[in-house]
Amino acid sequence: MAGIVGYGAHVPRYRIKVEEIAKVWDEDAKSIKNGLNITEKSVPSHDEDAATIATEAGRRAVHHAGIDPKEIGAIYVGSESHPYAVKPTATVVSQAIGAGNNLTAADLEFACKAGTAGLQMLMGMTDSGMIKYGMSIGSDTSQGRPGDALEYTASAGGAAFIVGKEKKEVIAEILATASYTSDTPDFWRREGAMYPSHGGRFTGEPAYFKHIISATKLLFEKTGLKPEDFAFAVFHQPNGKFPLVVSKKLGFAEHQVQDGLLTPKIGNTYSGASMLGLAAVLDKAKPGDKILVTSFGSGAGSDSFAIEAKEPIIEKRERLAKVEDIINKNKIYVDYSVYLKNRNSIVKN
Amino acid sequence: MERASASLWRRINERYNLVGNKCENCGRIYFPKRIVCRQCGRKTKMTETKLSGNGKVYAVTKIRVPAQAFKDSAPYTVAVVELEEGPRVEGHVVDAGNGEVKIGTKVHSVFRKMHADGEEGLIYYHFKFEPV
Ligand SMILES: [Zn+2]
Repeated sequence: MAGIVGYGAHVPRYRIKVEEIAKVWDEDAKSIKNGLNITEKSVPSHDEDAATIATEAGRRAVHHAGIDPKEIGAIYVGSESHPYAVKPTATVVSQAIGAGNNLTAADLEFACKAGTAGLQMLMGMTDSGMIKYGMSIGSDTSQGRPGDALEYTASAGGAAFIVGKEKKEVIAEILATASYTSDTPDFWRREGAMYPSHGGRFTGEPAYFKHIISATKLLFEKTGLKPEDFAFAVFHQPNGKFPLVVSKKLGFAEHQVQDGLLTPKIGNTYSGASMLGLAAVLDKAKPGDKILVTSFGSGAGSDSFAIEAKEPIIEKRERLAKVEDIINKNKIYVDYSVYLKNRNSIVKN
Repeated sequence: MERASASLWRRINERYNLVGNKCENCGRIYFPKRIVCRQCGRKTKMTETKLSGNGKVYAVTKIRVPAQAFKDSAPYTVAVVELEEGPRVEGHVVDAGNGEVKIGTKVHSVFRKMHADGEEGLIYYHFKFEPV
């Protein structure tokens, strides 16, 4: 049965604090921090984009899995900030991780959940024997319009997962997956537009909450599992508050959610968000621990997974770059003007 | 531009993955690749080898007046890095924060954007270095 044989994460070193953004727009930092449950967010360097972040995560995943990257038969990169409108991020990544040329690759887009859609595709492809290994990545350098509430959360980061099915290599088996999808106008960005737009009252209840709850309940029905069967639960995390609220509604306790909740420290990494959360709990999971992951992508849809950690997770952990270390090591704080420079937002002509 | 692209693309594994070569006759490692080993001449027996990207700064300078292609990066740091396998490689050093990059600073390679041909042209990716 398909499972994860390795994974890797990447979060840029730069951080900007909520206070620094609030100062520019004369807003109350304290109430924003409480309202969104976020203290700071990651900021990409001027030379980082979704492709470089995906590559760093992908290289770490190959190292962690301990496989020859030439055996990877499929690479999917989920992002809403692909560097090109036409020319795949996935080809840059496959070249840069040393995957060779005998593979299929594509970029995926489904707001913040394209990377988990890629995981589902790879489950089918490995289980059917079509490929030996496949890699799915969620990676973004998301943009919030200056002055918009999204500016406090829109950040950068990504995670890569390698799917395979050799029992002795699988660190976590994917027991089941279920999805819920509907045409919902909660958040979008038109071709050529620099910043996304959001549909006000459509963003919370009928979008995030409805889709996550529906997909997770479908997964419960399919597997017979209940919230108390899981050691960890990870949800898409557009801010630090929503995942706490949705987990409570589903019957999870806060201790199940805490380890996979990264947004308070790094912001919303969009396509990276639920996958980075999964990586962070896999860093800690013991064989036998069950993990629930439910992503959410605007537009809208959710993919829910029941995952169980297996014995090889212990042995492979030695060569792992842990998410916690990647996030906390060598942080560089920037002020708002350097933040704008990093984003290439300073007009020089 | 088309001619530049073609030659750049032939060397993509060097730019992306620090792939050099090794003379199996004497063990010497080269980056960029050489066809003939400096030591072995006609006994040269080259095979491709991927370098680890780990090394230390051998020489360093800060560029404040950049070439047009790098105007978005300026000011930036360029160093000659001595890789643990032996070769000395020139590259940008990024994300040093407030830490000074000096001779002896330990670095490892990262994958970054080098430059782009304006708003509509190609984006060029390349290895760079960051302090460990
Ligand atoms: Zn030689």
